[in-house]
Amino acid sequence: MSNPKYLRRRVINLFNMAVAIALTGLALFFLGWILYVLVVRGIGYINPALFLQSTPGAGIPGGGLGNAFVGSLIMSGLGIALATPIGILAATYLAEFGQRSRIATVVRFINDVLLSAPSIVIGVFVYGVVVEPSGHFSAWAGAIALAIIALPVTVRTTDTMLQLIPDQMREAAIALGTPRWKVTVWIVYRSSLAGIVTGVLLAFARIVGEAAPLLFTSLGNQFFTGDPNQPMAAVPQVLFNFAMGPYENWHQIAWAGALVSTLFVLVLMIVARLLSASSKR
Amino acid sequence: MSANSLFASAAALRARRLAQGRRMDRLFRLATVLFAWGVLLVLGAIIVVLLVQAWPAFSRFGFGFFTSTAWNPVTENYGAASSILGTLVTAFIAIALAVPISFGIALFLTELSPRWLRRPIGIAVELLAGIPSIIYGIWGLFIFAPWFADNVQWRISDTLGNLPAIGPLFQGPPIGLGWLVAGLVLTIMIIPFIAAVMRDVFDVVPTTLKESAYAMGSTRWEVMRHIVLPYTSVGVIGGIMLGLGRALGETMAVTFVVGNAHDIHASLFMPGNTIASTIANEFTEATTVPHRSALIALGLILFIITFVVLALAKFLLLQVERGQGQKA
Repeated sequence: MSNPKYLRRRVINLFNMAVAIALTGLALFFLGWILYVLVVRGIGYINPALFLQSTPGAGIPGGGLGNAFVGSLIMSGLGIALATPIGILAATYLAEFGQRSRIATVVRFINDVLLSAPSIVIGVFVYGVVVEPSGHFSAWAGAIALAIIALPVTVRTTDTMLQLIPDQMREAAIALGTPRWKVTVWIVYRSSLAGIVTGVLLAFARIVGEAAPLLFTSLGNQFFTGDPNQPMAAVPQVLFNFAMGPYENWHQIAWAGALVSTLFVLVLMIVARLLSASSKR
Repeated sequence: MSANSLFASAAALRARRLAQGRRMDRLFRLATVLFAWGVLLVLGAIIVVLLVQAWPAFSRFGFGFFTSTAWNPVTENYGAASSILGTLVTAFIAIALAVPISFGIALFLTELSPRWLRRPIGIAVELLAGIPSIIYGIWGLFIFAPWFADNVQWRISDTLGNLPAIGPLFQGPPIGLGWLVAGLVLTIMIIPFIAAVMRDVFDVVPTTLKESAYAMGSTRWEVMRHIVLPYTSVGVIGGIMLGLGRALGETMAVTFVVGNAHDIHASLFMPGNTIASTIANEFTEATTVPHRSALIALGLILFIITFVVLALAKFLLLQVERGQGQKA
């Protein structure tokens, strides 16, 4: 192969393939860098106090993220509890009844718009419809904002999963005289359960790391509270305030909280992936 | 009791059961329809609420709101220009860098990687999308921006900063924070979204098409460049638009590293802001109607920008689906 033109093409090819490998390595490098920094900076401050004590006020030493962990779980849990039934029923319409009709197409499009709507805009919206009329910040407002973020994720994944169930299963049940709703609940939901749970987990992973919409809905709270009518702390929102703040112990808590919440989200995502992989087999 | 009456009551029971089933069916269907409409209602409510609350700002400042760089809570004078420009510039930087990187990753995953490596690397890239955006912000502020300022920024200033036309873009204090670093952090954040779409559309290219090009002696790169990319171009652009939508609306990470100044500079190294970072920083402090309304107006503008970008992306991806339908 002494043809110089061919040699040139081979060199270009080799070079570009090397670049592709390098770029993949670059992306993995950044993932590694971020995880490495979180572990190195955060692991030293992971201790019982982090989970048991409340967030410290300005200039007060010590403290933890206990109230924020509880608040995150409460608000994300409420958000999922609100979004899941609504999302599953809406997706049921899309997959079982609407299918390729015009209205279903429109709902899918609108759902995708919501899916990529900036979360801060959703926070502003919830401020306008919940916080302002009620006159105060509350965990409910935060949970509603998170629910609006979770809803399109649930609709999207459930719709896709229900569509994967072969029509023969529905037809077989209907041929036996089963009412349509029983077919949906006992045949379709049941067969796609793993997929639906995957969607819910992904939605949970998404909202548990959200800070932007909580800044002016749930606001944050220095103390433990289980009352959804009160302002409530959440981990990402505390991280925002503490990382921006000037105190050394705030920064330490922020790094530890960053490590814990990132690992939590990544584990959720991996579990969701394994679940969906096992359901496809 | 005769056999006839037994049959009759059985028939009546069956009829009742059927009617009951039908009633439940109607109810169930109605419930699903209502919630499907609920999705539309949420979007409608968001637009209406933002419009109503942004109205005081639009009526007070008029079209000048879009072109003014004023942002003064004391004199109650607000303009959106620096935030809008910052949003567009940071998103543009992110797209310009993330697209080639994502292309490289998708090329690696679909053509080069050994089979056993595909899943783990695919998952790793997806994990990049799973890291909460606040974490990118903290990492960007404490680790990446200082590293960038110490190791990269002055080198760029010393070299590119002296060039005639583009020089002013790269002059400025080596503090790390600013439009460029915000754009770089956004780049990392949107890579997984663009790479995933590219990988998926590259995967649907018919093998016969590629094989025929290889049979004619094409190199891998030529197959990629002249067969795969043209075949999937619409889908690729759709994926890019999805990434762009993400970059435009990203809040927490940008708020940490963009510098937060209501100024417009020629330099990418000077602190600026974006729509999302302005809202995040000021919303709770905005106590007057004009201030709050101006922030909500910013939110509405951001929403409209992302809406338009997403609509374009959907339209393009729809073309791909239609194309596949014809080819299949």
